[in-house]
Amino acid sequence: MTEIVNTEVATTRTITYRQALNETLRAELERDDKVFLIGEEIGIFEGSYKITAGLLEDFGPDRVLDAPIAEEGFVGAALGAAMLGMRPVVEIMTINFSLIAIDQIVNHAAKMRSMFAGQVSIPLVIRMPGGGGQQLAATHSQNLEVWYAHIPGLKVVAPSTPADAKALLTAAIRDDDPVIFLENLSLYSAKGEVPDGEQIAEIGKAAVVKTGTDLTIVSYSRGTTTALEVARQLEAEGLSIEVVDLRSLRPLDRDTICASVKKTGHAVVFEDDWLSYGIGAEISATIGEGVFDFLDAPVRRVAAAEVPLPYAKSLEKAALPSAADLAKVVREVLNISSTPNDN
Amino acid sequence: MAAKARTRPESAVESTGGEPADTLRDYYEKMSLVRAFELRSSEMYARAKVGGYCHLNLGEEATVVGLMAAIEARDYLFTGYRDHGYALLRGLSPDRVMAELFGKVTGVSGGRGGSMHLFDAETRLLGGYGIVGGQIPPATGAALALKNQEVAGPDAAAVMCLLGDGTTNIGAFHESLNLAGLWKLPIVYVIVNNGLGMGTTVEKASAEPELYKRAASYRMPGVRVDGDDVLAVRDAARDALRQARESRQPVLLEVMCYRLRGHSVVDPARYRSSEDTTIAQQSDPVPSFRAKLIAAGVFSETDAAAIDEAADVRVSEAVVFADESPEPDVDDLFKYVYATAVANMPAALPGEPVMDAL
Repeated sequence: MTEIVNTEVATTRTITYRQALNETLRAELERDDKVFLIGEEIGIFEGSYKITAGLLEDFGPDRVLDAPIAEEGFVGAALGAAMLGMRPVVEIMTINFSLIAIDQIVNHAAKMRSMFAGQVSIPLVIRMPGGGGQQLAATHSQNLEVWYAHIPGLKVVAPSTPADAKALLTAAIRDDDPVIFLENLSLYSAKGEVPDGEQIAEIGKAAVVKTGTDLTIVSYSRGTTTALEVARQLEAEGLSIEVVDLRSLRPLDRDTICASVKKTGHAVVFEDDWLSYGIGAEISATIGEGVFDFLDAPVRRVAAAEVPLPYAKSLEKAALPSAADLAKVVREVLNISSTPNDN
Repeated sequence: MAAKARTRPESAVESTGGEPADTLRDYYEKMSLVRAFELRSSEMYARAKVGGYCHLNLGEEATVVGLMAAIEARDYLFTGYRDHGYALLRGLSPDRVMAELFGKVTGVSGGRGGSMHLFDAETRLLGGYGIVGGQIPPATGAALALKNQEVAGPDAAAVMCLLGDGTTNIGAFHESLNLAGLWKLPIVYVIVNNGLGMGTTVEKASAEPELYKRAASYRMPGVRVDGDDVLAVRDAARDALRQARESRQPVLLEVMCYRLRGHSVVDPARYRSSEDTTIAQQSDPVPSFRAKLIAAGVFSETDAAAIDEAADVRVSEAVVFADESPEPDVDDLFKYVYATAVANMPAALPGEPVMDAL
């Protein structure tokens, strides 16, 4: 299902998600002089999470543009530059701060091409990390991707591996539409094999990242790494779990999700956002509409507790969906007790 | 409205002094066209040919003509939602502007934008924007692109970004002016100050009601000009654009005018004092410019009547064109959602299945 266009014979290296992003930004800055980066602290400071390390030095302040703390202003300015044919890549420090720019993203970037009957296109990428679990408290720990995934006119991608970070970021920068590129704080240091050379993913396609026959876990971004961990752990207990990594939240690859659930008959969605009206609600409805007759149990969602995330480690841990939560729900859906007398 | 706060500078230019008669006549023809178009838009709204919101330039014709006389074809224009007159004078045919109001496929935005969202890539009218201030950050970014794409000089392009008086209180205005001042962008922000943000006066909305003074915070010149004086508006805007294109010095220009009617065509403007209404009517730039040109011998009363009649005929033709144009095809509903085709794009109509059964 993974649609990667290999234009060169690929050798691979093991690098971090952060390094994959950095190298991709560098490659795109080198390839196309219309590409430029804009955001807070991306130049001299090299990015709050060091994604843009070294780029100011090599490409100069016109290509790596430090913006003042003014999200609405600089996101909108990137949009305007895109209208004139530039290809801006915006970094918003975290997805939480994107709410300050949401008028420019939702009311403007997403609308312009349709509202002006195709007379303008918006080749704009907005990179931003979501994610909790870093004791950053309620305002700095949100997973708001569904806000953007709801909006026609936007494309929303969420890579879970360094290889996808590279291939999806390349695709996003070369795409002529506004793309929300969701990163995750807890993935930046994750390592993985990344093919060398040009890699361009196809936006709008999910991937079956592990095959199995008993149950499908659907997830994205950080959640996919947890889903794989749980799937492997349950494999040791004799369960065959398939993992679907969404990769693209808009458009949503409903066919890949449904094809998997048709095979397994069971589905659990693992998501970092809040449960009500979340990504899992859409996946669950999709499965209900697409493959109801093949389901052997209701679809379950493992999502964040619906509370502004507290600072205290104990409370934070309790509120966020964990591998243990996921394993428990998988067992419940398959009606398997972890201990013989559990049921 | 506190009339004393509406002080205007002395006109920099004598009303008709030294200006070629042809130019003056041309400006009057344009003012007359905008007036006729807006009166007809209002009528078409009342006849339910035009839907949604519809904001008119009535009373602002001298401002519209002066600004559009200053801007060059190579420049980019962004406006708010009171945009009909600017589109007409940017060179868009009245047929296609009226067709947009009618929601027809022949409209400047294919019938997808309506009154507030007139757009024409060819003449570099980069939108009408319906959200107050939504146009200011993109206009600023267009200027950022120009700065990177072109060398400053008399032949360089600049951006003109129009906004209303109420818009100067939102964050996007201040963030954008800060960026423009900081990065030295080739842009002129024009506050079309008609004294009222919907029904709220400038004095009730802005701690500093002399709005041009806000430029000082961003190290850019702030200039106030009489919006009923078409030549003064033109010259002030030209000077501002020259600074933008030659020195990359952004400018804030405040143009003082009156709105003759309500905020939109459905607003009877009962909140306005009779004094204010009287001043607005007395200041009406169309009859006063007309009378001035007759007095100056630029044209006769008969000529002026003929110009008004021609404008009316042109607008009538636009109404016929709009009326006879086809509606957009429902099969094209999803046509412009994305520029780059994408896998699994949702394209279901209400009630249709989201996917084929497996």
